[in-house]
Amino acid sequence: MMKLSKYVLYDILRSKIILAYTIFLFIVSLSMLQMEDNSSKAMLSLLNIVLIVLPLVSLVFTTIHYYNSYEFIELMSSQPMSRTRILLSEFAGVSISLLSAFFIGIGIPVLLYAANDTGFALLFTGGALTLVFTSIAFFASVSARDKARGIGFALLLWFYFALIYDGLVLLILFSFSDYPLEKLTLLLSALNPIDLGRIFIMLKMDVSALMGYTGALYKDFFGSGSGILFTTGIMLLWIILPLWAAIRKFNKKDL
Amino acid sequence: MKSLFTILLISIGCHGLANTIRVGDLEQIHSLRQGIKLSKDGDTVLLGKGVYKEGNIIIDKAICLLGVNGPVLDGDYKYEILTLTGKNIVIRGIYFVNAGYSSMNDYAAIKIIDATGITIENNTISNASFAIHIANSTHSLVRSNTITGTNRSEHSSGNGIHLWKCSNMLIENNSIGGHRDGIYLEFVSQSTIKKNRSEKNIRYGLHFMFSPDNAYLNNTFRNNGAGVAVMYSKKVTMTGNHFEQNWGPSAYGILLKDITDSHIQHNTFFKNTVAIHMEGSSRIEIQKNIFKENGWAVKVQSSCDDNSFHHNNFYGNSFDLATNGTMMLNRFYNNYWDKYEGYDINRDGIGDVPYHPVSMYSMIVEQNPYTLMLFRSFTVQLIDKAEKAIPGLTPEKLMDEKPMMKPLKL
Repeated sequence: MMKLSKYVLYDILRSKIILAYTIFLFIVSLSMLQMEDNSSKAMLSLLNIVLIVLPLVSLVFTTIHYYNSYEFIELMSSQPMSRTRILLSEFAGVSISLLSAFFIGIGIPVLLYAANDTGFALLFTGGALTLVFTSIAFFASVSARDKARGIGFALLLWFYFALIYDGLVLLILFSFSDYPLEKLTLLLSALNPIDLGRIFIMLKMDVSALMGYTGALYKDFFGSGSGILFTTGIMLLWIILPLWAAIRKFNKKDL
Repeated sequence: MKSLFTILLISIGCHGLANTIRVGDLEQIHSLRQGIKLSKDGDTVLLGKGVYKEGNIIIDKAICLLGVNGPVLDGDYKYEILTLTGKNIVIRGIYFVNAGYSSMNDYAAIKIIDATGITIENNTISNASFAIHIANSTHSLVRSNTITGTNRSEHSSGNGIHLWKCSNMLIENNSIGGHRDGIYLEFVSQSTIKKNRSEKNIRYGLHFMFSPDNAYLNNTFRNNGAGVAVMYSKKVTMTGNHFEQNWGPSAYGILLKDITDSHIQHNTFFKNTVAIHMEGSSRIEIQKNIFKENGWAVKVQSSCDDNSFHHNNFYGNSFDLATNGTMMLNRFYNNYWDKYEGYDINRDGIGDVPYHPVSMYSMIVEQNPYTLMLFRSFTVQLIDKAEKAIPGLTPEKLMDEKPMMKPLKL
């Protein structure tokens, strides 16, 4: 399995897309952190990159990679190797390359210019979101047979998590504004990894506002030790569940 | 001028044609009560080292009570320790501990009633319900005292420095913590409150009502349960104060309720949930303040009118401004807003397009606080941008027409 992941990794590195992605992240975050005179504003822009660009790139890159190496996967399946192992090593290869791109591209500038609570929260969220969306992308690409559909499905998922979900939440919160919604908002935030990551960063970035009326609830819940465990646990679930579903599908699939 | 006057009073009080009476374990007189009984107007009573548990002591003569080597007056959790009335009394350098608590009377470590020319200086008060309680008094000075309360509940705790119906007072350089309200004023006028530190009180760091013509200078109010609340007063001046880390669902840097004709200048608001909350206030000049990293920098209810905000610096606040209606009768000009995205073609340092400090999302949060969970999400940013392009729901007239391009030097 290690050997197979290594080949996947070499294959990805040879295509140079990951290299370009790393350089893009590095230049963007470095210039943001250098140009803004207060680092909190730069962190705000980086937050947008982490919450929007990172999931999108992870989804699209993984899906394209899966379809491009479809023949390789077929070849491997003919070898005496379990399909679970094949998919897991593909996942390991892709996620290691994306993670290293993220940690080099954003991690180094953040550690250089803004090594504080917010910075570490940002790195944690970014890493977790990369893994979550790689795993979701595997599920999407295993589910769809041809490339166009797979990418379409992945994009739709991104749209859902990044945009539509929040719109729906807004709608729900307004429709049921007469009811106590504290518990519901906690639940809703757990159902979207992007929201969960955002709230995790916000706890460090906007502590003052979050101490207001309902925000105090988040602060008490997510800010405590058990809240951090909760966030990590839910993120792990978001990584494991789609991957598990993808493996199940892949095992039964007629290649 | 006021402080000069009081200093004059002190010097007369302590060094006139005076006898000195020494009280202490090694002296002839062991009891403070007896020492005070023997003294006449203008005398000085020197209180030596030791712990004195003598119940409630009343001073109604113009004497100067000085602690030597830190004597301790202990109220045994039962008594009000000192009660002062009359004029020209000085209390200096004494430790007051364990004053009594009663739900019927406002027991205090030092109570001053119907007095004038009192000086309370360099004392340390701990474990009192009310520490210094002043009623119906004038021309007095409370300076450099250290007051620490017990942090009990709001009901069973009293105020650090409590003034009721006073005028021409000077409250200076005290440090107060762990009480209900740090400094409380009601019906107080022509007084100055300066250089005090009020921290970690259960309710307000500073609380005043019906107190016109007072000045609050260079005080620090930090980490109080509900920040600072000032109500029903006019001609208030607040300059150079620090309002910091007042966090909580109803905590404010300053809550201004029915305050009129006042000045709020050169203050620093740092990391408060709401830096300034205004309700029913008019004609307040808010200028040259720094608002940094607050949840909401300013919340102006639409019941406020004719206030002007100018030459303030706003940095890193989660929300710059929130309001609850579409009407806006206040003026904003020449402030620096870090969220301003306009340009300055003629390079005069003033932005060419107005800045709208109220975002769509801050209106949404005001209506439905649960939506705070969506803060900084992409959807919310889209809504904000759409609203900025075509304002429909945010108050159109609420804008800074001449925003500064660079932070002001304050």
